[in-house]
Amino acid sequence: MHATTTLLGTPTTQRAPRNFRWRVVDIVVASVIGVASGVIFIVWNQASNPLSGLLSPLLPGLSALLGGGWLFAGVLGGIIIRKPGAALYTELLAAVVSTLIGNQWGPLTLVSGIVQGLGAELVFALFLYSNYRLYVVLLAGAGAGLALGINDLVLWYPGSASAFATIYITSAIISGIVLAGLLSWFAVRGLARTGALHRFAAGRDSRAAI
Amino acid sequence: MSVALPPRKTRAIDRINPVAKLAAALLLAAVLVLTIDWVSAAVALGFELVLFMWAGLSLRVFLWRTALVWLAAPSTGITTLLYGQASGKEYWSFGLVHVTDGSVDLALATTLRVLAIGLPAVVLFITVDPTDLADGLGQIVKLPARFVLGGLAGMRMVGLFIEDWRALGLARRARGIADGATLRRLGNQTFALLVLSIRRGSKLATAMEARGFGSPIERTWARRSTFGNREWTLIGIGLCVAVLAVTISVGTGSWNFVFA
Amino acid sequence: MSEGASGAGATVDANSWGWRHSGRRRFAVSDLTLRIETGDRVLLLGASGSGKSTLLHALAGVLGGEEEGEQRGALLVNGDIPGSARGEVGLVLQDPDSQVILARVGDDVAFGCENIGVPREEIWRRVSNALDMVGLNLPLDHATSSLSGGQKQRLALAGVLAMQPSLLLLDEPTANLDPEGVREVRESVGRVLAHTECTFIVIEHRVKIWQDLVNRVIVLGADGGVLADGTPSEVLMAESLALTEAGIWVPGIAHSLPARPPRPAPQTALLHTENLTIVRARDVIVAEKIDLIVPAASAVLITGPNGAGKSTLALTLAGLLQPGAGRVVANSVLAGGAGTDPIRWKSRQLLSRVGTVFQDPEHQFVAGTVRGELAVGPKALGLSPVLVQSRVDDLLGRLRLDHLAEANPFTLSGGEKRRLSVATVLATQPQLLVLDEPTFGQDFRTWQEIVALLHELIDAGTTVVAVSHDSEFVDAVADYDFHLNGHDAPHSVRMVRS
Repeated sequence: MHATTTLLGTPTTQRAPRNFRWRVVDIVVASVIGVASGVIFIVWNQASNPLSGLLSPLLPGLSALLGGGWLFAGVLGGIIIRKPGAALYTELLAAVVSTLIGNQWGPLTLVSGIVQGLGAELVFALFLYSNYRLYVVLLAGAGAGLALGINDLVLWYPGSASAFATIYITSAIISGIVLAGLLSWFAVRGLARTGALHRFAAGRDSRAAI
Repeated sequence: MSVALPPRKTRAIDRINPVAKLAAALLLAAVLVLTIDWVSAAVALGFELVLFMWAGLSLRVFLWRTALVWLAAPSTGITTLLYGQASGKEYWSFGLVHVTDGSVDLALATTLRVLAIGLPAVVLFITVDPTDLADGLGQIVKLPARFVLGGLAGMRMVGLFIEDWRALGLARRARGIADGATLRRLGNQTFALLVLSIRRGSKLATAMEARGFGSPIERTWARRSTFGNREWTLIGIGLCVAVLAVTISVGTGSWNFVFA
Repeated sequence: MSEGASGAGATVDANSWGWRHSGRRRFAVSDLTLRIETGDRVLLLGASGSGKSTLLHALAGVLGGEEEGEQRGALLVNGDIPGSARGEVGLVLQDPDSQVILARVGDDVAFGCENIGVPREEIWRRVSNALDMVGLNLPLDHATSSLSGGQKQRLALAGVLAMQPSLLLLDEPTANLDPEGVREVRESVGRVLAHTECTFIVIEHRVKIWQDLVNRVIVLGADGGVLADGTPSEVLMAESLALTEAGIWVPGIAHSLPARPPRPAPQTALLHTENLTIVRARDVIVAEKIDLIVPAASAVLITGPNGAGKSTLALTLAGLLQPGAGRVVANSVLAGGAGTDPIRWKSRQLLSRVGTVFQDPEHQFVAGTVRGELAVGPKALGLSPVLVQSRVDDLLGRLRLDHLAEANPFTLSGGEKRRLSVATVLATQPQLLVLDEPTFGQDFRTWQEIVALLHELIDAGTTVVAVSHDSEFVDAVADYDFHLNGHDAPHSVRMVRS
């Protein structure tokens, strides 16, 4: 334990400086978020695959609108853990779960996980891992969406017509903002109210001391 | 595979270090995405199907686990058929849709690519034990142990999450809110699962710390992760298939570098 | 590295020590001054909220750093800050599932050793010693997910012992276990204490379990400081009143159990089963040939060994799980025009007919406030807002939840969550109440309240079916005890009337 010993009766009131080292609880909860999201992906994937299998030929590029479900993990991990690499780690773990259970993208799922995680990670890094207000979260979602769009176009839809590509990337960004950004924002606020995040800054921000 | 239970270690493929399986699959995939042509993918696929029989997987299990790949391949193909870059003779067009010679080629190429990358991945990965993978990543690839093992511990909880999900579903039926309004209920259920998971995670973190995890002491590994002849053979096989695919593709003149 | 099994136990020194979790106004522990000598065997008691758990977590060095709380005074283990010597202190927690770290038994026990840098050959030697010591004789590659609660707790204990700690801490290790599990853990700990000289501190609210293994009892005061400290017989005698008030099961005290009022013999069967086979997910048959009758306005308790399928049976009776074969038949009063097969009833129809209280209250929470939670059922029934409001207020008062009306259900204490889960079910006034282990892990006060509440409900005409492994609860509440046997013996029913 690293708590400082203070004189009797004189509680410390100044805020501790920002610490970017990962604690064990940061690693395990990030992993849990990643794994839980991965399980949700798989359910989502199995449900939406027939659907998007039908849709994607019909709606040029709009199938990317469903893409946000794959980006949720990274953004959520980033907001809760608030340490460098959180979005990347969480998204990667979700991808690992998906890969090990078996999906249609094989080992390239891991590549997608890294690329998509980086998309959100770079946004959080730009704000120096200190700003987690709504607009930053939405931007992170957009970043992840952009990454997803580029990743899919290069790996799975190479040589697409430019109209398709544009629509695909735009849909992916919108999906990222709404499904990954906005949903994560509300999720974290709800989670904080349940007290589940009491060991994290995200949990202490929005609650008064009880 | 069951992410939580250790699989049997009877067949040859079960005993190969997961890091080697990952490396082989990535190697093959990396080569195949460098080109957009159906010859390379077809060659790779052909050799893979032969090798699958050696892996000892029953046909039924194989088809069941690879179902998603078989579904995704034609779907990707049809999308590319309709919206791929137009070139050559045009067969049909409607709005943004342009079915042309060029897009037919592209469609065939992407369909085969999905199969060539997806199928071996499933075969290799369903025989992977997560603990062995973690050992491999920590000892051989030398990734930071805290993150690898933290990830492993989280992964073990998948079984618990699935049980929780079922109990949450039953509880909602008992609370009278399970008729209709599916999307809202599923959203509520997903949120509840997140709450439960994070609480479990926090408790797990305390338990792990109580066993000395995360301290600055240099950790030792109880299970040795080896990387020997078997592993290099697998990677060699992957490399051969990749090289053959590229060679034949270049030889028949259909190699089409993606960044050209 | 610690000297553990071969050396002496650790000493603990607290000097006006206090800790406040960040985000809370109140100090969890304050003004604590005590000294625990090497080799002491201590039972730590106190009302909930007196900081016992916080103290143990602090000794293990897992409370977190500066940003997670504020410390006052000093707390030392062997003269050092806790956590500075890894592996010196071992902590076993309450929840069996959240302490299993790896998928195989051997690997899980080896985990602690790996973290403190024990060489490989030595690790496996320690693993088999530890498993022997706790009496868990399973192959090293046995799956940890298929262990029972008692086995999981013993596994955690083995994992801790393998590190050879000089201070062994147990935080309510048997609270979430059935009687067999409790026995197993107690035996294991007894063996450990007989073979080592480590200092030992255990927190539990059932004193009888540990009474013979400890030589010292320390009671923490709810407002800080130490209330009592001495040998078991001294402290338990002197403080028996205060302890019972605080919800602790003090042995030797005749606990005033609510008397069961005499009831007339029931005439009709509200619900019965015909040659029922109950199954878990994917058609795994759990039990067969169940012929059970649930008479109206009576209490039927389902008992049986671990894994016999008691919960599965309860959920099947409640119309939540599909029977594998046979039928569950509701009589016309219960069915009320919705058909006799509960599994076919719509979710909303279940509300006024059967209320189910789950083993883990957290599975049931769907709203963001306690008040909202209570209103979910009545609203789903389509009652008028005025009626909903009055029912909610009534229940808040009846179950002493008024001061928590706007709190989030997940932030409640264990006993409060249990009361809330029962209250939500009562809000729709169902005819049949199905409860799965309602007294699991509860202290004496909550236990009493639940028993009294059930008596009231049954007298008012509600039928109760409950699953329990708590024999005192069965004696206090049941009219009939349906004993669900495993696959080898037929099931039996006995009358429990006085």
